[in-house]
Amino acid sequence: MSAKIKHFPGEEVETKDIREGKIPTEKFRPKAKFAWSAGVAISKFLDELKNGKIIATTCKKCGRIMVPPRIYCEKCYKPTDGWAYVKDTGVINTFSVSFLAADASRLKEPIIVAIINLEGASEGMGIVHRIEEVKDWKKVKIGMKVKAVWKPPKERTGAITDIKYFKTMEEI
Amino acid sequence: MFGKKRVAIVGAGVTLFRRNIKETGKELSYEAVKMALNTAGMELKDMQSVVMGSAPDAFDGVHMKGEYLADGAGAHCKPYTRVFVGGGTGVFTPLAGWWHVASGQFDTCLVVCEEKMSSCYPHPQFAFTTIFDPILERPVGMNLIWIFALEMNRYMHKHNLKKEDIALVSVKNKRNALDNPIAQLAAEITVEDVLKSEIMAWPVQRLDVSPTSDGAAALILASEDVAKEVTDNPVWIDGVGWCIDSTQWTNRDLYYPDYVEYAARMAYKMAGIRNPPKEIDVAEPYDPFDYKELHHIEGLLLCKKGEAPKLTREGVTQRDGDLPTCPSGGLLGCGNPIAAAGLMKVSEIFWQLRGEAGKRQVPCDPRTGVAQAWGDLMQYGSVIVLRR
Repeated sequence: MSAKIKHFPGEEVETKDIREGKIPTEKFRPKAKFAWSAGVAISKFLDELKNGKIIATTCKKCGRIMVPPRIYCEKCYKPTDGWAYVKDTGVINTFSVSFLAADASRLKEPIIVAIINLEGASEGMGIVHRIEEVKDWKKVKIGMKVKAVWKPPKERTGAITDIKYFKTMEEI
Repeated sequence: MFGKKRVAIVGAGVTLFRRNIKETGKELSYEAVKMALNTAGMELKDMQSVVMGSAPDAFDGVHMKGEYLADGAGAHCKPYTRVFVGGGTGVFTPLAGWWHVASGQFDTCLVVCEEKMSSCYPHPQFAFTTIFDPILERPVGMNLIWIFALEMNRYMHKHNLKKEDIALVSVKNKRNALDNPIAQLAAEITVEDVLKSEIMAWPVQRLDVSPTSDGAAALILASEDVAKEVTDNPVWIDGVGWCIDSTQWTNRDLYYPDYVEYAARMAYKMAGIRNPPKEIDVAEPYDPFDYKELHHIEGLLLCKKGEAPKLTREGVTQRDGDLPTCPSGGLLGCGNPIAAAGLMKVSEIFWQLRGEAGKRQVPCDPRTGVAQAWGDLMQYGSVIVLRR
């Protein structure tokens, strides 16, 4: 973009001409699948979700109660010292009202997603989850109190989605 | 500074930025490199090493992207490295080039950044979903725009900002891009246009966001001896900084990018900069979203926390203001071929300091400039300070 340069290379083409093969193209769709071990700390966390409980780990050196739990404290760089339950209530740290699905397609009914600072964990220790049972999304505010809505015990699989969503304590 | 060699930028090249470009990533890299070599008056045989920067492999669907791009990047039978730190790549790549030359191992280094976001469809957004934690985050159905919306909302909340305060950045950068021949989304728009644009993930609206793009950029780095041989007006890399924060992004307060501040402090210390707002004449903070420019002006210590919207409102960040930011038009105006977009910012500072930016030239006769990029899970800062 020097003023001394007059020509900038690159030939613009239309997206549809590529997708529809109107210009020479090749297509491929990967069929790879993945199965992840949840690891030491998160396996226990998921097992506890199945029981309807949220578990954290603690570090005596920095005093933090950390959720999601971990087997090492990344700040003190030492093993964590133990486990502690935190509450399934918390406060909205921040939120978004999304009209976009994961593939960027448009949604008619928005998804509300939030970072929720859980009660009983250290300041600022949040998890990301959805907020539902909201009639008017414009009334969602940072700082609102929320509570987990769990799947019935029989339907829980040991996944973050054992918490179906969080709902605001006051009706909005 | 003991033991380190001084490193200069002596040439730069950049292709058009567009939603879809016919050229492959290799071809785009070749074009950017040829332009950079031409402007430096050098040839490929003069390049002793090559560093390539490119963002996630999933965009191209080629899981050895560094190797795939090597020939186009001019790396045939040369010492070659590909680096990747998400969105921070475009400014990190010249930092990696810097240590090649500063170490004394090489007298020259060719720095190349390329991105083809158009290959992945229906939308590269889907490739982005694989950056999230597979156990705790992906099952919630994460979308990349969400996390920026979460960050933007937190920033607005903490400083009690209105969308109007933030939209001004989009208006400025898209207008600046009207003077940039490579720009994809240059436009004269109003704050009202931004506020009326489609809501993507509140508070993020269509005109708050940069587009997906194809493009490439390249720089030629040289040691002091070589630089003085090939040019009368080298631009010096006087400060470098980079830093990563925790990947546990839900455990951090997203209202402020600490990691950008740490990277900036590292770069300023090396450059001997004590008072950044006074000593920096022109800045290219990373602006994939309008609020990010504000966030990064603050992280770069160019003003106090929460004051960047005020600077913007008062015109301080316009080209003719006291602290011009994104005179190139930024990512909001030029487009966002991720790694190439970051390197374009470094190129812009290079041209601004050389007084070659034409219609985009800031009138303050700049001597010192800073460029910065940001990436991974809202956790990576890369900062470069340039001086003429």
